[in-house]
Amino acid sequence: MSTPLQVTARLRDPVTTDDHIRGPADAAVTIVEYGDFQCQFCGAAYPNLHELLRQRADTVRLVYRYFPIANVHPYAERAAETAEAAGVRGRFWEMHDWLYEHQDQLDPVHLSLGVEQVGLPPDELNAEVENRAHADRVRRDFVGGIRSGVNGTPTLFVNGIRHDGGYDLPDLLTAADAAANA
Amino acid sequence: MSDPNGLIQPGRTAPGFTLPATPDGALLGPEQFRGRPVVLAFYPADWSPVCGDQMSLYQSAAPVFAQYRAVVLGLSVDSIWSHRAFAESRGIEFPLLADFEPKGEVARSYGAYMPNGEAARALVVLDPAGKVTWSYLSPPDVNPGADGIFDALDQLAADRKVMAG
Repeated sequence: MSTPLQVTARLRDPVTTDDHIRGPADAAVTIVEYGDFQCQFCGAAYPNLHELLRQRADTVRLVYRYFPIANVHPYAERAAETAEAAGVRGRFWEMHDWLYEHQDQLDPVHLSLGVEQVGLPPDELNAEVENRAHADRVRRDFVGGIRSGVNGTPTLFVNGIRHDGGYDLPDLLTAADAAANA
Repeated sequence: MSDPNGLIQPGRTAPGFTLPATPDGALLGPEQFRGRPVVLAFYPADWSPVCGDQMSLYQSAAPVFAQYRAVVLGLSVDSIWSHRAFAESRGIEFPLLADFEPKGEVARSYGAYMPNGEAARALVVLDPAGKVTWSYLSPPDVNPGADGIFDALDQLAADRKVMAG
């Protein structure tokens, strides 16, 4: 729901080694996603992004940043902090995938089961999340996003420029190929 | 009645007003917040379908607004009752002001009223003295985000440092 009148927003926080990155380091196209694990539109985009990475395995990489809209999605912040807790143990993408594949099971009880399914100790992760050990990281992603012009979720930046088109596979392929050939 | 010059521009003194506001219907307006930057976020209507609701976004950014000591006020022509239900459903804790009677009077005075009877999707940032420092008119169906607001608040903070120095 964008219009040509819109000022093009640009990513202000460059991708660093602190980011969660999936795909080749030397990819021609970097897609940065600002997402909320409880957002249905992010859930709808998830399989398409997955397929994009499969079909463009040599050219596209995906960076995931947290953008929980907590006042609308009560489980989003906890899900993000749990994903980060998994991330510090090298299991970010497994947790990310579980969250998007179980968006109707993000309550604390089911989330613990998810952590277990990913192969991590639920009690340990729960304790970290309870202590807000990963809240700063999630907040940092959020603030960087809002300063970059994230106006809802998901918001994608394709090689640093906000993608104002759709999230269906053809839209994503077109955007990625255009960026690769730019 | 609508300002023929369009949306109010930087440098002008912001028209004063008070309107009934959520949660309790108390009268609120920008003059009550002198000494702090004030963000006026005019929007077409409660419940309007925008992908990623603008007021929800601003609520989620509340800690960032707080760093600037900025006050955010949402304004539309909806009644206080609609505002209350909307605020409750989206978890919006900052005030939503009802520009309801006379309808759209405040929006008109800022050049942010549309012929269809709704407020425009317009952002106006006031400095701590109540002068307009930045304004932006967005297409009604596009959530303008908050990056422009924070750039304006950064600029205000930088200007103040220069004045103090």
